[in-house]
This record gives sequence, structure tokens and C-alpha cells, in this order.
Amino acid sequence: MALKIVKGSIDRMFDKNLQDLVRGIRNHKEDEAKYISTCIDEIKQELKQDNIAVKANAVCKLTYLQMLGYDVSWAAFNIVEVMSSSKFTYKVSCSQLQLQSVDAVLITTIINSVSLPLVTQDLSSPNQYDTGVALTGLSCFVTPDLARDLASDIMTLMSHTKPYIRKKAVLIMYKVFLKYPESLRPAFPRLKEKLEDPDPGVQSAAVNVICELARRNPKNYLSLAPLFFKLMTSSTNNWVLIKIIKLFGALTPLEPRLGKKLIEPLTNLIHRALDLLYGMVSKKNLMEIVKKLMLHVDKAEGTTYRDELLTKIIDICSQSNYQYITNFEWYISILVELTRLEGTRHGHLIASQMLDVAIRVKAIRVFAVAQMATLLDNGHLLTGNMQRNGICEVLYAAAWICGEFSEHLEDPMQTLEAMLRPKVATLPGHIQAVYVQNAAKLFATVLRKQEGTTDSLAAQETSQLLIDRLPLFVQSANLEVQERASCILQLVKYIQKLQQKEVEVAEEVTALFAGELNPVAPKAQKKVPVPDGLDLDAWINEPPSESESEDEKPKAIFTKEEPKHTRPRHTEVDEKELARRREARKQEQANNPFYIKTSPSSQKVYQDQPGVEHIPVVQIDLSVPLKVPGMPMSDQYLKLEEERRQKERSERKKKEKKKKREKHGRGRRADSGPESEEDITPAHHVDIVTEEMPENALPSDDDDKDPNDPHKALDIDLDKYVYDVQGNLQDGSQVVVSVIFENKTDHFLKSMEFNVLDSLNSKLQRPEGSSPHDGLAVPFQLPPGVSNEARFVFSVQSIVMPQKLKGTLTFIVKTEDASTHEKLDFKLHFTCTSYLITTPCYSDAYAKLLESGELKSSSLKLEGVIMPFHHLLARICFHHHFSVVERIDSCASMYSRSIQGHHVCLLVKTSNQTVSIDAKCDEPSLLGNVLDEIKHTFSQC
Amino acid sequence: MIKAILIFNNHGKPRLSKFYEHYSEDTEQQIIRETFHLVSKRDENVCNFLEGGMLIGGSDNKLIYRHYATLYFVFCVDSSESELGILDLIQVFVETLDKCFENVCELDLIFHVDKVHHILSEMVMGGMVLETNMNEIITHVDAQNKMEKSEVRAASEARVLSIIILI
Repeated sequence: MALKIVKGSIDRMFDKNLQDLVRGIRNHKEDEAKYISTCIDEIKQELKQDNIAVKANAVCKLTYLQMLGYDVSWAAFNIVEVMSSSKFTYKVSCSQLQLQSVDAVLITTIINSVSLPLVTQDLSSPNQYDTGVALTGLSCFVTPDLARDLASDIMTLMSHTKPYIRKKAVLIMYKVFLKYPESLRPAFPRLKEKLEDPDPGVQSAAVNVICELARRNPKNYLSLAPLFFKLMTSSTNNWVLIKIIKLFGALTPLEPRLGKKLIEPLTNLIHRALDLLYGMVSKKNLMEIVKKLMLHVDKAEGTTYRDELLTKIIDICSQSNYQYITNFEWYISILVELTRLEGTRHGHLIASQMLDVAIRVKAIRVFAVAQMATLLDNGHLLTGNMQRNGICEVLYAAAWICGEFSEHLEDPMQTLEAMLRPKVATLPGHIQAVYVQNAAKLFATVLRKQEGTTDSLAAQETSQLLIDRLPLFVQSANLEVQERASCILQLVKYIQKLQQKEVEVAEEVTALFAGELNPVAPKAQKKVPVPDGLDLDAWINEPPSESESEDEKPKAIFTKEEPKHTRPRHTEVDEKELARRREARKQEQANNPFYIKTSPSSQKVYQDQPGVEHIPVVQIDLSVPLKVPGMPMSDQYLKLEEERRQKERSERKKKEKKKKREKHGRGRRADSGPESEEDITPAHHVDIVTEEMPENALPSDDDDKDPNDPHKALDIDLDKYVYDVQGNLQDGSQVVVSVIFENKTDHFLKSMEFNVLDSLNSKLQRPEGSSPHDGLAVPFQLPPGVSNEARFVFSVQSIVMPQKLKGTLTFIVKTEDASTHEKLDFKLHFTCTSYLITTPCYSDAYAKLLESGELKSSSLKLEGVIMPFHHLLARICFHHHFSVVERIDSCASMYSRSIQGHHVCLLVKTSNQTVSIDAKCDEPSLLGNVLDEIKHTFSQC
Repeated sequence: MIKAILIFNNHGKPRLSKFYEHYSEDTEQQIIRETFHLVSKRDENVCNFLEGGMLIGGSDNKLIYRHYATLYFVFCVDSSESELGILDLIQVFVETLDKCFENVCELDLIFHVDKVHHILSEMVMGGMVLETNMNEIITHVDAQNKMEKSEVRAASEARVLSIIILI
């Protein structure tokens, strides 16, 4: 007997463990099935031994084989046997086996006869992990019998002192309920208690179980709603929150009152998500994101939430000066679609956006005007019986845009007619005022058109129309409307008189409104230089004895005026007065469409204006959303935009190919990345009108570049600025940049100086004694049309990341009569590839390298590569400095070394247009960047 | 409920499979194959959730997956689970593996599949989420590893002792 034990122990030392099994399987790739069947035979032998350790090892191997799809049910008895061992190690492996695959009858008998006492014994074991493993195992093979017998034990465990046991016990109760439903009723109070367990893990387990239960039968769990509500507002665990929201989703259909209570906490959650969106948008996804938001706007119940969505959409679109908008037609249609919202408080916001876009994006005006005309035409739909509603504010913008840019109108007469409808008189006063003023502008345009043709009668009819309709506005209670209307009425009457005398008046009427109104930069005033000899603080007159007179108060157009202040005459103005003025100025700027609002704060002021606050918001329940007829759907733009981008992409590719063919020599072009953000060109040439600055404004540091840059005249094509970056083999910290300068001007270039802004990592090597900001003289001059090459050495510390350096080239251009000093900015791109050096490697050394296990791996997949495999390899070799180690059919291994001695190994495989590259390197970030660059190379072909 | 958790590599080789419902070995292999076909065809930039995979649960089945380097982590769940919640869980799982194996890679999963099972059993039990807090998971895994080690050491010492005595 003793001998047998010894023999068993010694044998054990030569047994395969799980790792050996895995290694064996991997080494027998060709005859895997055969190898595994011998392994299974071995396992069978092992299971027959008395030694429990041997058996446990065998069971451990079975778990692996089961995953590979081999039947292990024949070992069920042994598995249970090992499970019953007293050693923790052995049990762990068993609990992983999916024992349910065993014949149900067999297992019931086995468990009932052998392991029931064991499991129960385990359940009260002093060690929490013993009990834990037993519970985990049990979760895999609960049977109705086991559930019945163990239910009360597990219930006791739910109040165990250790949270680790409690949470496992709570979770497993669900399985017990499923198999033995009678246990639910007695166990439920305790389960409910666990919802308020001090340990978050137990709490989350209880929520999990109740959610699963409630999914099948929600109405039994309605009584728990208050408890869950409390949890939802107090819990910070995302998992618990998600589960509770899911649960409420099932409960609300049964208890409608619940819905109302949920709005607040839920909107809080949603707001957090919306804030995330703000930072997430890019040119590519903006349209898609806004489309999704618009869907939510349509579905949203409750005006508060809808308003929130609306402001978010506008915030997202207008952020950083419309940076992400590539198609303004789309944006205008979004704004128009937003006007369909009933009961929104943000009519103002939409209106200010419409004005801002129409004024600043010239190319969009034709489109915007057409849209606004339709809006005006359907103005009654917007106002309807809701004239107290905030959305009618958009008509203010619509009327102004139609008036100011009336030359783009297709049918100005119709718009004029729409603006003078009697219904307009029900609009708020400040809107009517804009209507009246812009009707006059439209009138001018219409007259011009009509006088241009022979039909002079039509022109007179137009005048008559105004004379008929304007009196309605003259009677307005609003002073502003009244004043404008009567002024214009008199003007038109006079015009009519002239018309009757067959005098051409259109020219003069138009002159009334001539001149373009450009937006003024908020900083403009600050920028006006004070002329020499002007002392703003000096008195012009004798100091007046009384307060300032208001005689020369200028009259502002279009807006409700706050009293405007002339330049302060007192040098000492008290704080209060200053604050008041600032406030007044802000108000004024907010109302002035010509003022560009830079910060959201000024927009806020706009919303908080008392006028809006006082409009009572009447909620009207309309089940059918209003549709403004004839409006384009923004969706169409989305589709169009996608098609356009597609086309552009293919065109760009064509172009690039052409360029490549034209390209001569060795240099790789540095720019032209994969389709990046900046590459998406706007739909039409959109110029965001630069803000108007006073003449001879002083340039200051915080300002953007002057558009009238004198360098525009300089005709140097940046594309022709070719360079090549190469690592220095001898020195691991040096790279040499060869730059080819080509003079494309007609003039002689001399005194060229090359300078680069050093980064922490990369520095231009300058001669000793020079400061790090000095430039390096280029050792030659360039006659017109000539090119030459110069080399510059850079020292580099870390080579694992690509880098871009900014630099400037200054030079003197010599013309016949004068010479000017010019400069050219450029960027140097140090790719990771440029740090690699083609190094040959023998296959055995290569294999050794791979085996060392010190290399980190990564992989890359390229789709749709249509080129022969050897071309592909050549391309990688050429562009990325690799050498082929070995090539077998459509599979090749490649090698390269960085200047700092990093090994980079590639395994390239191809099969029908898909190329997969598995790569290994001792520096993961270098590898990642090199792979990105390879991907980039292939995305261009 | 989570019905199955699968990890396979870019070629469809299973690296871990854990089924919380009972299927025959053949069906399990079919499910893995089917899931691999569904998931591997998808681009890197498309949604991480998909419905389908008729073998598990029929229509009430969602696949939530993430692709890390050479491995796909796929959770098959029913409609009671939230997609984003599960996605977060996958992240927790992978981060935990990364902590336990120090820079986890496919080979770790191949050779230490028992350990991966072990970690997983601290996160998901019987198809229900047990713990989502990574620190908590790691604490328990470490404690159990320690226990195992001390047992193994004790056992081997005992064995050596017994051999010496008997010889």
C-alpha cells in the first residue's frame, strides 16, 4: 500500500498539468484530435487513481477540453468526487465546469447521495472562500431537489456577517426561485431587506435579482417602487442605476403616476449625457448626432425637456464659431425645423442663430432668404392662436433677413404681401416694428423690379398696397410700430405722387437702404487707436453745471432702445453707474443683430430679457406636430452631404494618384494625411465673414491673423516644399532632415534662414554658442526656378511617438527695383517610420527574437488592398524601412530596427484583398504608431 | 440574464467560453462559430451591439462585444440587460485581467484559462452580475490565489516528506 502511494506521488511529478496540456495541443497543430484523444486516455487513468490531487488535476484539464468542445459528461462522478474534497484548490476547478451538461438523472442521484452533505457542510464553513466556491458551483448545477433542500440554508447565508457571502447568497436565490418557486414567498422579505444593505455589492445583487423577477411579473413588485425611487436618487453605482431604470420601464405602464415622479431624476441623468455630446461632435458626426437629437425632440413629452434639447442642438452646432458645420443649408433647415416646436421659450435663440448665419455666411443668403420667405408666408401657422408663444420670435429674424437681402428673393411681391397681412397686427410690438421697416426695404426692391419692366402700373399698384395696409400699423398701440408706420406711409404717399407724374423713383428709394451692414467685432471699439494729441480725459467745454443733456441722442434702428450714452464726460464715474452702463451696453449688443456674440453669456442676457420673461407660456396640447409646408427636411441634406463627401473622397484620391505620378525623386510628401477632420471641405465655399474692424486697428497679440496678410502676394507653393527625414545610424539620438528648396517665384531669393521651434523632445542642432532661437543659414541662394537641397541635423530623445515641429523660413526676395523680406511657415513631420532603419535579419535570429517573449504584440487589418503580394511587401520595405526575413506563399515575416535599437517584427498575411499584419515590438507605443503609419500608406492607394 | 460569455481570437479560436444555460457540447461549438461569424465581419467603427445569433435564446438575444487587439470579448445577454452596462462590464473585465496578468495578452488567456475563469466567477455568477467594482474583484481573487498557493506548498512539502520517509 505504502509503495503504491509512493509510486503515485512520483508519477505525479511527471503528470501533465493544465499548462502542459495547452502547450501540447499547440505543438500538435497537425494531429490535434489524435493528441487530445491520448490526453483523454491519460485523464481517464488519472481519474482512476486514489490520489485526490491527481484527480483534481485531471478535472482541471477537463475544463479546458470542454471549452474546446469535447464531451466530458463521462467524468461527472469524478467531478463531484473532487468537489467534495476538503482542499480549496481542487474545488475551484470543479466549480468552473459546466456540470449541467451531465445527464440530469445522474447528477440528481449523485448530488443527493454524495455531495448534499458536503455542500451543506461547505455552506457553513468558517472560511468565506470555501463557502463562496460552493455557492458558485451550486449556481452551475441547481436542481429542483437541491433547491428545495438548500433554500433555507441559503436564506440564512443571506444574513451572513461577510458581505462577500451575502451577495453570493442573494444572487443564487434567483436560481433557487426558478427551480423551487415555493421558496419565493418566505424569502422575499429578507430579499427586500437586502435592498438597504450597507454593502453596495449586496445592494446591487438584490437589485439584480428583483429586476429579474419583476421582468416576468411586474405588478407584484409595484409596492417596491418607493424603495427603488430612493435608491435611484441616492445610488452612485451605474450598474444599479441602469437596472433600476430598466425596472421602472416595466413598472410605469402599470402605474401611470410613477411616470411623473420619474421625470426629474431621469432628466438629470439625461442632461449629464447631453453635456457629453457637446464635447463629442466633429465635422464627421455632427449631422448624425443632430439628426438623433431631432428625433428625440419629436418624441419628447414635456416642454422643459424639449427646450433643453433645442438649446443643446444650437449650442452644439454653433460652438467655436460654427467650427463643425460643413453645410450651412443643412443648418438653416434644422433651425427651420425647430420652429415647429410648440411652446418653446427659445424662439429668441433660434432667431438670433438665423440672423447670425445669414449675415455672416454670404454664400447661404440665397437659400436662407428663400426659407425665410416661406416661413413668413406660413407665419400664421406659427402664430395661429398662440401669438403669445415664444416661437413667433423667429418671424423677427425672418422678416429682417427677407428685407435686408431682398435682392435674393424669388418673388418679393408675394413676401411683401405676406408681411402686410392684417394678421401681423396680432404679433408682439417689436416684431411688428421689424415687419414695417423691412416691408419698406422690400418695397424698394419690388419697385426696382417693376420699373425695370415696362409695366409702370404695377409699380403704382404696389404703392397702393402699402397705402392700404399701413394704416393698420399706424393705429398700433406700440409707439415704435406707430412711428415707423406713419413715417413710411408718408414716404409711400409721396412716392405715389411722383409715380403718377411718371417719375422714376426706384433708384432713389433703394438709396434709402443702400450699403452693406457688416457684423462688428466685439473688440472693435477697443482697437481704435487714439490719435496723437487727443486727450480723452480733457474737458472739451467748461464743465456743465447740470447733468448731461440728451439732445443729440442717436436713434437706433430695429431694436427697442435703451437710452444710449454718449462718451462719458466725467472722469470719475461711480461703480454703480459703470455697472448700469455695462448692463445697458450688453442689452444693446444682444439686441443688435450686427453684434457678434462671442461668449454664451451674452446670449443668456438675451434670453433673460424682461420682455420674454413676461410672455406667459401657454401650453397647448397638439397631438399632431405642426408641419410647415414646403420646408426642406434636414435629413435630405444629411444624405446629400454623405454622397458629396463620398464623391469628394474619390476625387481626392484620383488627384492624389495624379500627384504621385507627377512627383519626382525621393522625397515623401509630408502632409496629406488620411481623411482627417480638416479634410472635409465645406459644401460651398463658406466664408464666415470676418468681423469688421475699424481702419488702422492696432494688431495685438491675442488676435487672429490678419486676412490681408501681405504674404498672400508671395507665390510659393507649399506642396513643393519637399523633405525627407532619416535616422542617423551611428547615433541613436540624431535624425537628418534633407530639405529641397525650390524657388517658384520669378525673383531671386537670398539670405535664407531656416528655423524650427524646438520641442522638449526634438531640437535642431545649432552651431555652438548660438541661442536655441537662432535660425540656421541655408548655405546657398536660389535663382528663379532652381532647386537645391540642404541638410539639417536634429537631436531626438524619445522616438516612440511621431512629432510635428513648427518652423519658419525667412528670406529676402530681390526684385528689379527693391527687395522685400518675407517668411514662410512650415511644419516638419517626424514619423515613427523615419526612426526605423532597414536592417537585414536572418530567420533563425528572428525566430529567437520572437521566442524571447519580451516583445509586445499588436495587429492591424487592411481591407480592400488590390495589389500583388510582392508589391505590398515592396511598399512596406520602401516606405517603412523594413526588410523581408522570410516569405512563404502569401505570408511573410519582416524586420526593422529603430535607431535606438528597438526590434520591430511583422508577420504579414494576405487573403482575398484583406491583409492582416501581426506585429511585435519591445516598445508598444512605437509599434502602434508605426502600424498607424503603415495603415495610412495603404489608405492612400 | 447573461447567457454566455465568449472570448475568441481573430481567427475564431475560442479562448474562453462560459455558458450559463445548458447546451450540448456540439451546440456550444456552433454558437461560438456563429457568434464569431457575426462579430468578425463587422468594421471597427460600427456599433458594438447586435441582435441575432439564433442559437441562443432566439429573438430575445443581444450580442455585446468589444475587440481588443487579437481578441473578441462577447457577452450574449437577453433584453433585461442594458447594452451600455454590459459594455462597461466588459471593460471592467478586461481591466481586471490586465491588472491580474500585468499587460494581459492572448497567451495569458491560453495558458491560464483556469485563472480567467476564476476572475470571471468573481464578476458573474450563474448569469447574473455579482460585482462591478474592480478593486473588490481583485481583492477577492488575490485572497483566493494566496489560499491556493499556501495549500499547494503545504501539499508538496507533505509529499516530499512522505517520499523521504518511505524511502
